[in-house]
Formats: sequence, structure tokens, C-alpha cells
Amino acid sequence: MAEIDALYQALILEHNRNPRRHRILEPCTHHASGRNPVCGDQVDLYLRLDGEVVEDAAFQGEGCAISTASASLMVELAPGRSVAELRALFAVFEAVLHGRCAPDEVDMEALAPLAGVRYFPGRLGCAVLPWQTLLRALPPMDV
Amino acid sequence: MSAVEQSVAVATRLDPHALRRDFPILAREVHGRPLVYLDNAASTQKPQAVIDAELNCYRRYYANVHRGVHTLSQESTAAFEGARGRVRRFLNAPSEQEIVFVRGTTEAINLVAHSFVAPRVKPGDEIVVTHMEHHSNIVPWQLLCERTGAVLRVVPITDAGEFTVADVEAALTPRTRFLSLVHVSNVLGTVNPVREIVAAAKAHGVPVLVDGAQATPHMPVDVQALDADFYAFSGHKVYGPTGIGALYGRYDLLAEMTPYQGGGDMIRSVSFAGTEYADPPARFEAGTPHIAGAIGFGAAVDYLMEVGLERIAAHEAELVAHAAEAVAAVPGVRLIGAPRQRAGAVSFVMKEAHPHDIATILDQQGIAIRAGHHCTEPLMERYGVPATARASFGLYNTREEVDALVEGLHKVNRLFGLGT
Repeated sequence: MAEIDALYQALILEHNRNPRRHRILEPCTHHASGRNPVCGDQVDLYLRLDGEVVEDAAFQGEGCAISTASASLMVELAPGRSVAELRALFAVFEAVLHGRCAPDEVDMEALAPLAGVRYFPGRLGCAVLPWQTLLRALPPMDV
Repeated sequence: MSAVEQSVAVATRLDPHALRRDFPILAREVHGRPLVYLDNAASTQKPQAVIDAELNCYRRYYANVHRGVHTLSQESTAAFEGARGRVRRFLNAPSEQEIVFVRGTTEAINLVAHSFVAPRVKPGDEIVVTHMEHHSNIVPWQLLCERTGAVLRVVPITDAGEFTVADVEAALTPRTRFLSLVHVSNVLGTVNPVREIVAAAKAHGVPVLVDGAQATPHMPVDVQALDADFYAFSGHKVYGPTGIGALYGRYDLLAEMTPYQGGGDMIRSVSFAGTEYADPPARFEAGTPHIAGAIGFGAAVDYLMEVGLERIAAHEAELVAHAAEAVAAVPGVRLIGAPRQRAGAVSFVMKEAHPHDIATILDQQGIAIRAGHHCTEPLMERYGVPATARASFGLYNTREEVDALVEGLHKVNRLFGLGT
């Protein structure tokens, strides 16, 4: 049985209480709004890109502890990363959440405290909402 | 009260612990804890009588209904039409011909919008709803307004989550063509003064639909006493199957209405020169209906009438009042709305935890509640919240379950750092 403490780890609760970079970013080069119509969670994501590299990131929004902490962790780790790196990290994060690989098989980096969400299928949407919003904010991938 | 009167009162009091044995699912555990099911406003669990009715239909006599000469078809038709009779009795409708089987409340409202209201409105005419409607009693009217150029007007509500007859009257104008309102709010639990509102609307010559999805599980409903032109409700919210519900409509109005969908079963005769429609209710029941569902639906309303709607209402009134008081007393909790007449539901938010976090933490203790906007986004906006947590009750819920909910909310506070 999944323990509730696996979901609400201390770091998640702390990010929920004190979300990082929780503001409008001005000026920004990229912005997107995301909304989960099921629960009403809402996130506005702001990015300043220098070429392919995120120079700065911030978010605003209203949501549950999981979506807020996920957004906070995301904008905290994003600056200095390339768009490709962020896409790759999200792919790892999603693979863990959907049970395609175990958290200890991959490097989730700063997202590791969110690994417990995989035991709570009803909450996967909360964890990925900020990341889906990030992908929408980014320029489309070259194929 | 004399000793005899008292013992009669006790004897007729509903015993939820005894009734729980009728509902097999209530014996299960969730996350190692006994299930505490407090999501009845979303859907109710099914008693054995309903499960058996559907099962027996498929096991013993199932066939397509109407026009069948063979035995199974005749037995199925008798059971299907028997269910219509049970629903008629449940609503105290004058005639079985006034009971239209539909998929649920949503379809009933869409049917009335399409077949009764749309042909009667011109651009600039007005449809009135209230601020506490479910999306199912908003969107069909918005669609109608888009098609016809009619205008949707909204009766405001107070912070307590109420509106008065005068508030409704104030929204009625010479251009009002229809009023559609909820009997009991699925979020606030508000019981609206429907009888008085219908009377006021009729005095203005405005026909009325009452959305009874959240009223029918909790109290006796008498469509003749309410004098509603249309009354809609869903089977799955009265302990029956999903995918089946009923629209009550006054026969003279149904008789004037054009079909909702075309197909088999709704015609008198078909030729390429022209088709003649069947009389109500068949006119509105195109295609093979949800036969076993309707039979289960009939068993469900029978079950409620057997238990007694008055007894259910009395038991639940006590339970909901206790829940509202006990939940409000948990530190950090704010109830949404404070209606004087409440049935079924208590909605709340917590200072420290989002409704979805509350619902997840409660689920881990076996307690099922709902978190979200409950298909009432305008109402959420009215209260300035993106979502609420909602505990909603049924005839099988107990005081101990309310206490488990309260204990669960204390756990939410402990986890989120507000020690209580």
C-alpha cells in the first residue's frame, strides 16, 4: 500500500508552502497557461530564453500541493538548462510516474521527491501540469 | 411525547446500520480501512434489489421490448413498462404517459431545451437559470441561445447560497420564455423553495423545469404538489443504474412537442412521403431503450419507497446537520454556503490544504469524498474558490462515518503542519 507520506514528503510540503520563483517574469520571451479542467488547477509559466538555454523561469497559479511543488521544483531547476535537457528530464519524470521505470533506475535529479506520485494515479495530472505547460511555452521541437 | 409515541418514533426511525447490509459494496475495504462512502452526490451505491433486478432481466427474460409477439419480449415489455409505473408513483405523476425514459438528468434537460423551448423562442427572448446550477442546466441553454438568439439570465445567490422567490421574480421579464432551476444544489446542499417559485413563474406565464437530480435521493418529491411543468432526475443518484433517468412532463406539453431524436419506437407510421410520430412518451424514446437499466431504475425507486422517503429525509437531515457542524469546527475549515434548508451535501475548503490534497489524504483512510468544481464553475467563481471538497451523504451513512471524516480532516491538518 502506498503510504501518504510517500506523496507528501517534507520537501513537497515545504515547496507548497513557499513556492520558488512564484511571480510574473518580466521581461519574458515565452509564456503559456495550463489548466487542469478536472480539478481547476491552474498555472502560468514564464520563461526567458537565450537561444536554446533558459536564462530565467517563474510561475504563478493556484493548485494543490502536488502541482504547486512540481511547478516550484521545475522553475527552480530550469535556469541554466537547455531546452533539450528539460525535455529529457521530463521524459524521465513521466516514465517514472507511469511506472515504465523505477526511480532508482534513472536520474530524476531534483524531481526525486515527486516519485511518490506514481502510487496515486488520480494525482498524476497534478504533477505533470507544470511540465506540460512548459512544453507548450517552448518553441516547437525541430524534427 | 408519551412512552408509546416515543417507541413508535424509534421503531420507525431509519437504521442505517441495518440498511447497509442491502448494499454489498459497503462491506469492502479501501486501503485496509472500511469504506466510508461520502460521494453520493456524484453517484450512489446499489442495493442488492437493484443488482438482482438487472441480473434477473438478463438471466431470465431479456429480449427487446414493444411489438414483440414472443414470450420473452412480452415479459421484458411488462417489466420495462412496470418500471415506468414505479417511477410515476415515485414522483406522484398523474400518468405513466408523462414519464419519459432518458439517459439521465442531462439528457432530460437537453430534450426539453430542444423540443419544448427552442421552437418557442425568438431572438431577444429570455431563459432564466440560477447561479447555483450544474453545468447540465447551463450549457444546454447556452447552446439554445446560440442557435436561437435568446438570452440567458441568471438569478443571483446570497453568500449563504440561497435565493428567494422575489429574486426569481425580479429576473422574470415580459420576454422570459422559460425558467430552469435546480431543486437541491449539488455543491451547497441548498433546498430551494421550488413550489413557491413555480407558482410565481406560472403567475408570469413562464413554464418551469426543475432539475431534481439531487433532490430525489433525499426527500419525497410530488410533481403535482410542486406543479412543475417538467421534472428531471437520474437513476444512478437514487441507487439505480447509470445511463437511465426520467423526465416527467405535463402531458399537454409533451403532446405539443416535436421529437428529440428520430428512429425506431418513436413513430406511428413511416413513409417517404411523411412520418407520423407516436404519442408521448414513445415519441421521445427513439431506438432500443436501456431496458435492463430501466428495470433496475424501477427497482431502485421501489426500494426507496419501501424504506420510506420521509424516514430517509429525517435520517439524512440529522446526519447532514451534524456533518456541517462537525466539519466547520475543524481548525482551518471554511464551509461554502450556509443554507437554512440543506440536503445531501456539505462543501468546504481548508486553509492549509487544497481540496485535491484533502481528498487524497482521506482516500488513504478509506474515505471517499469529491474534490473539484463539481461541474459548477460559475458557482466556484461566485465564492472565489477554484474548487471545494464535498462530502455528500446517502441513506446508508452513519454518524460514525461523519466522525471518521472529521478525524480525517484533523489528519490533513497534522500532515500540512496545522496541528490540531
